[in-house]
Amino acid sequence: MNVKKLLNNRSFKSVSASIIAILFGLLIGYIILLISNPAQATRGFIIILNGGFNGGLRGVGNTLHNAMPIILTGLSVGFAFKTGLFNIGASGQFILGAFAAIYIGVKWTFIPVGYLWIVALIGAMIAGGIWGAIVGVLKAFRNVNEVITSIMLNYVGMYLVNFLVVSTVFDLTRNQSLSPLNAYLPRGGLDVLFPLSSANIGIIIAIVIAVIMYIILEKTTFGFELKAVGYNREASRYAGINEKKSIIFSMMIAGALAGLGGGLLYLSDIGKHIEVVDILAAEGFNGIPVALLGLSNPIGIIFSGLFVGHMNMGGFYIQRLRFVPEVINMMISIIIYFSALSLAFKSFIENLSKKLGGRTK
Amino acid sequence: MTLSTFYFLVQQTMFYSIPLLIVALGGMYSERSGVVNIALEGTMVIGAFVSLYFMNQMQSTMSGQLLLVLSMLIAAATGMLLSLFHAYASINMKANQVISGTALNLFAPAFAIFTARMLIGVQQVTFMNTYRIPLVPYLSDIPVLGDLFFKNTYITTFVGFGILIIATFVLYKTRFGLRLRACGEHPQAADAAGVNVKKMRYIGVLISGALAGLGGLVLMVPVTTAFDGQVGGYGFLALAVLIFGQWRPGRILFAAFFFGLMKTISAAYTGIPILLALGIPSYMFKMIPYLATIIILTFTSKKSAAPRAAGEPYDAGKR
Repeated sequence: MNVKKLLNNRSFKSVSASIIAILFGLLIGYIILLISNPAQATRGFIIILNGGFNGGLRGVGNTLHNAMPIILTGLSVGFAFKTGLFNIGASGQFILGAFAAIYIGVKWTFIPVGYLWIVALIGAMIAGGIWGAIVGVLKAFRNVNEVITSIMLNYVGMYLVNFLVVSTVFDLTRNQSLSPLNAYLPRGGLDVLFPLSSANIGIIIAIVIAVIMYIILEKTTFGFELKAVGYNREASRYAGINEKKSIIFSMMIAGALAGLGGGLLYLSDIGKHIEVVDILAAEGFNGIPVALLGLSNPIGIIFSGLFVGHMNMGGFYIQRLRFVPEVINMMISIIIYFSALSLAFKSFIENLSKKLGGRTK
Repeated sequence: MTLSTFYFLVQQTMFYSIPLLIVALGGMYSERSGVVNIALEGTMVIGAFVSLYFMNQMQSTMSGQLLLVLSMLIAAATGMLLSLFHAYASINMKANQVISGTALNLFAPAFAIFTARMLIGVQQVTFMNTYRIPLVPYLSDIPVLGDLFFKNTYITTFVGFGILIIATFVLYKTRFGLRLRACGEHPQAADAAGVNVKKMRYIGVLISGALAGLGGLVLMVPVTTAFDGQVGGYGFLALAVLIFGQWRPGRILFAAFFFGLMKTISAAYTGIPILLALGIPSYMFKMIPYLATIIILTFTSKKSAAPRAAGEPYDAGKR
C-alpha cells in the first residue's frame, strides 16, 4: 500500500522523472567518454561523479561558489516559468547586474567600506530588474514574444555593458573592468569551513533568496496571482487579477534575481572581471537547465544548482586526463532533453503504480 | 554615397540575408506544421560544424564549387539528423517543445567544441574560401543588376532564392502544402479529413532541420574562414524574421533583407564612409540588428498570424 501511495504522489513522480533523466544523461556522457578515449573513460567518469570532492574541502567550497550564480539565474528562469513566461534573457540581466555592482563598488567611494557591497548588490538587482521589466512591458502591452525580446536583449546588454565598462570602469592594460576593491563580499566564515576555496557569503545569500522566493510563490496572495496568470491568462483576468501588472512584475523579479547573481559573482575577491569580449555570459544560460531540473521549485533549484555546480567542477578536474570540459554541457543538455520527455517517464511510473495496485487487490 | 559603396552594401547584405532567409523558411515549415522549433540556433551550429569539418578535411584533395555543393548537402543532412530528436520529443512524446529545443541549443555548441578539440586538437575549424565567384559569365554584364547580384557572389545566394521559390510553391500550390498548413491550424480537423498529422509534423520539423543546417554553412562561408562553435544568435534572429514575416514566404523575404541590411550596417560600417564619419562607438553599431528586431516586433506583434496550433502537442482526443 505504501509503495502505491508513494508512486501516486505528484512530487515523487516529478522528482523520480528528474532522477531518471539524470541517470540517462550520465550514461550517455560515459558513452561519449568511451568513444573519445576508451582507456581513460572510466577514470574520467569517476572524476566527473566526484565533482568538487576531487579537490577535498577546497573543491567543495568551489562547488558552492560555482553553484551560487547559477542558483540565482536558475531562480530567475524558474520564477518566470512558474508565471508562464520563458526567460531566456537571464544572461543579459546577469551581466547588467554585474556591471552595476562593479560600477558602484568602484565609484561610490562615499559609502563606508562595510556597507558598499550591500549597496552594490541592490544596484545589481535594480539593473537586472529593469532589463527584465523591459521584456515584461513589451509582452504585456504589445504582445511581443518574450523569448525573442529576451534573447535580443542578451546581445544588446552584452554590447551595452562592454561600452559602459570601457567608458567608466576600464582597466586598459588588461582589457577588463577594474576591481571593486572596497565592495568585496565578506567570507561569512566559509573560508574557515572550506580553506583556500572561493566560497563566500554569496552562496548563503543565494539560498536565503531561494527560500524567500518559495515563500512568495507558495504562501502569498501576490505569488498566487502570478502563478494564476501563468496557468491561464484569461481566467485570471476574469477573476479580477491585473494580468498585465503580473507579467511585468514577474519579469522584473526574474531580472532582479539574475542581476543579483551577476553582482554576487563579480563582487567576489577571486579576480573575476568583466572582460570586454563579444561573448554572452554563460551563467545566464546555465540557469535554464538548473531551473528545469529543479522543476522550477525554488527549493528544488537550490539542489539542482548544487548538482550542476558539482558537475562543472567535475568538468574542471577531467582536464587532467586531457578530456574537454564541454562534455559536461553535453551531459547536461542530454539530461534536459530527457527531462523534456519526462511526461513519458511519468506515465511509465503511473503504469507501474496501476500494476502494483492491481496486485494488492 | 558613391555607386561602388552602394554595390558593396548590397553584396554584403546578401551574405547576411540569404542564411536568415533559408533558416526562417525552415522555421516556417516547422511552425506551420504545428511544431515550434527554437532549436534553429543549435541546428545551424551543428550543420556548420560538420560541413566545415568536411571542408577542412577535403580541401586538399578537392576544391571549388563541387566541394561547396557537397558540403551544403552534408550540412542539410546533419541538420535533419539533429532535428529528428526534436521531432521525436515534440511529436511522439508530446514533450514541451521549448524545453526540447533548449536542450538541443545547449547540446550543439558543446558537441562542436568537444568534437573539434578531440579531432583536430583546437576549437576552431578553419577552411579556405575558394568559392567566391567574382563575375558570373554574361549576367554580370547587365547594367546595375549585374553589379548588384552577379559580381562577388556565391552559389549559395542563388540556392537561397531557389529555396524561396520552391518553398512558396510547395506551401501554397501543392496538396502536401495544404495538408501541412492544416496540421498547424487545426490538426484535429486535418486528422478527421484523413491527414496523418504525425507524419506531416515530422516532415515539417525535418525540413526545418535541413534548412537550418544548410543556413549555418551558408552563413559561415562568405564572412569567415574559421568556425568557432557558434553562429552569434542567428538562429534566434531567424525566428524573429519568421515572426516579423508573419509566417509567409514573401514577407519573410522582406524581413530577411531588412535584418540583413541591419547586420551589414553593424558589421561593415567601417567600409561605409558616411557612417564612419558619425564617430559613433562600434558597440552601438553592433547593437543595431538586435535593437531593430525589438523595435520592429513592438510594432508588429499586436496582431499575430501565428499558426493556431503551433507549440501544442497533437491530442486526438480533442477532436
